[in-house]
Amino acid sequence: MPRIEINPTYCKGCLFCADVCPKDVIGVTDAVNEKGFQYAVALNPDNCIGCAMCATMCPDAAIEVYK
Amino acid sequence: MEEKIYARPKGLQPNINGYCPGCLHPAVGKLVMSVLEEFDLLERSVMVDGIGCAASNRNYIDIDSINSPHGRPCAVASAVKRCSPESIVVTYQGDGDLASIGLAETMMAANRGDNISVFFINNANYGMTGGQMAPTTLMGMKTSTTPYGRNAKEHGYPMHMCEVLNTLTAPSYLARVTLIDVPHIRKAKEAVRQAIQHQLDGKGFTMVEFVSNCPTNWGLTPKESLNFIKDKMLPEFPLGEFRNR
Amino acid sequence: MERVVMKGCEAIAEAAIRAGCRFFAGYPITPQNEVPEYFSRKMPQIGGVYLQGESETASAAMLYGAGATGVRAMTSSSSCGISLMSEAIAWMAGACLPVVICNVMRGGPGIGSIQPSQQDYFQATKASGNGGFRMLVLAPSTLQEAVDMVYEAFDLAQKYKNPVLVLADGFTGAMMEPVVLPPARSDAFLAAERKANEAWAATGRKGAEKRHRIGCGERPGAPHIPLEEKNMLDFQMYESWKTTEVDYETYLTEDAELIITAYGVTGRISRSAVDLLRRDGYKVGLIRPKKIHPFPEIAFEQLDYSRLRGILSCEMSIPPQYYYDVDAVVRRRTPIATCLRSGGQIISRNAIIEEAKKLYGAK
Repeated sequence: MPRIEINPTYCKGCLFCADVCPKDVIGVTDAVNEKGFQYAVALNPDNCIGCAMCATMCPDAAIEVYK
Repeated sequence: MEEKIYARPKGLQPNINGYCPGCLHPAVGKLVMSVLEEFDLLERSVMVDGIGCAASNRNYIDIDSINSPHGRPCAVASAVKRCSPESIVVTYQGDGDLASIGLAETMMAANRGDNISVFFINNANYGMTGGQMAPTTLMGMKTSTTPYGRNAKEHGYPMHMCEVLNTLTAPSYLARVTLIDVPHIRKAKEAVRQAIQHQLDGKGFTMVEFVSNCPTNWGLTPKESLNFIKDKMLPEFPLGEFRNR
Repeated sequence: MERVVMKGCEAIAEAAIRAGCRFFAGYPITPQNEVPEYFSRKMPQIGGVYLQGESETASAAMLYGAGATGVRAMTSSSSCGISLMSEAIAWMAGACLPVVICNVMRGGPGIGSIQPSQQDYFQATKASGNGGFRMLVLAPSTLQEAVDMVYEAFDLAQKYKNPVLVLADGFTGAMMEPVVLPPARSDAFLAAERKANEAWAATGRKGAEKRHRIGCGERPGAPHIPLEEKNMLDFQMYESWKTTEVDYETYLTEDAELIITAYGVTGRISRSAVDLLRRDGYKVGLIRPKKIHPFPEIAFEQLDYSRLRGILSCEMSIPPQYYYDVDAVVRRRTPIATCLRSGGQIISRNAIIEEAKKLYGAK
């Protein structure tokens, strides 16, 4: 099962990942990290196809992808 | 068996970087570190950074680093490379650093053909100090020191550093790239690979210019800032390889 | 030990090479051009690096880069060129880099003149850049001293991890006289030092547990601390120099009723003035700092002020600069007069003798 891991510590909530994801895997919740950023979350993890476009786009290297 | 197919580069520190949300600065740092990791050069590399937002990069990366006076990274890096030829020496500079206060240092390191790789982040303003006009500010663009917009009569025109350096004989690789989407990021990574390979081959001065963003000072959301690059910056700063020999 | 006749600037460069200098960056400016010219001839022969910077600003930045790799490195310039270098000099002090800078002083302010002067005393000792850092400042009065001081400067820079300034003048740089050259540091010595410097130099991690960071506020090889704490440590080092690094010459001061004081080439001229005054029966002595920072306060504290008629402070600077450091330590205990030239004019022995006689009064 392809999946992504978003490290909330590194995320600043720019949501480039959510914009680029072809399967609408990523979104936000009310949760914020220690810096106060509303970090990205894999809301629909089952949709992930492991294309790694989210991780490629992420400027903060917060996303790792497994397949 | 599950395999990690995309990992955070080993050359980054395990903490959040200091850049604004959506800023492409850390995307450049990430790209350079991932290429150095691919080449297995993290233990041999030194990054020389300048002043401004580029200086924050040294708190993001985890290789040897030298912070240098504003505009002087190319001079510092030239000396480092000559004193320690086995080191891979890269600079990390913004547009004010590289194209304004450090123009002489940039031009002369390029003209000497010093065997260093320059990574140049062009976001058309001085981000750290509050978004003042840079040499690369677009025509008509409002900044905190061009409140009525940049006009040719008072401020001249945007500087095109790849094109300027391409008039010199010595540089071996010059390219302009951007990071606004996945295909462009892949091309940008290839350009960074080329620059490092040229340095490994002793070919001399290389520069990769990243057409970048500044959502904070541009007053745009991260997503809007990527569209601004595409619609406004790229027509002024055409992408491509200017030199590869 | 080799005794040769050399021109000042070339002797300075040769002494640096013998001290192990393997990087030099500089920019042409009179009257120190023979320093970079000499390095440009010699460095290719000994595996060193010579780089002509695009400006003094860039040359000093190159020195910063070379210093960050742990190699023995130097630049030289003159006066207004040193002003342009002040950016990187402050950075090298802020980043604790062991480098050597030589200022072959010319007239000022600004472009001034190309002839010798001593108009950079405040700049050298008080503010060679922003931020209130200090350097050891060595002031040679003869070519032999210039050679010895340049040689020593590299060791001092390594010892304190701080830039060291050799403050020469256009006179010393341009004259020729016999000098004994010190033995060249061996390749083994230099390799061992470079190896030891790898503990902090930024040339790639090479498996080190923590990466090395060079920059203002960093302490090579030591943990990062808040800037104020780092500045306090630097201050402690500057204060420690007052006991470890004070260096001066006294000449015939034991029974002196008048003290002539001067540094550099003016100190040398003053010494010969003392000889002539003594011949005429004047009880005159000399205090000549060899390092002008730290200032040799002790030399003035040890004087018997009850015997003194006054102190004559001589320098090639109008308005005077060195004078104020003398005045600060003498604290009105005896009158201080000055003998001054400026703008590239050489101070004459006769002028010093005349001023000394005036201050001495009826004999």
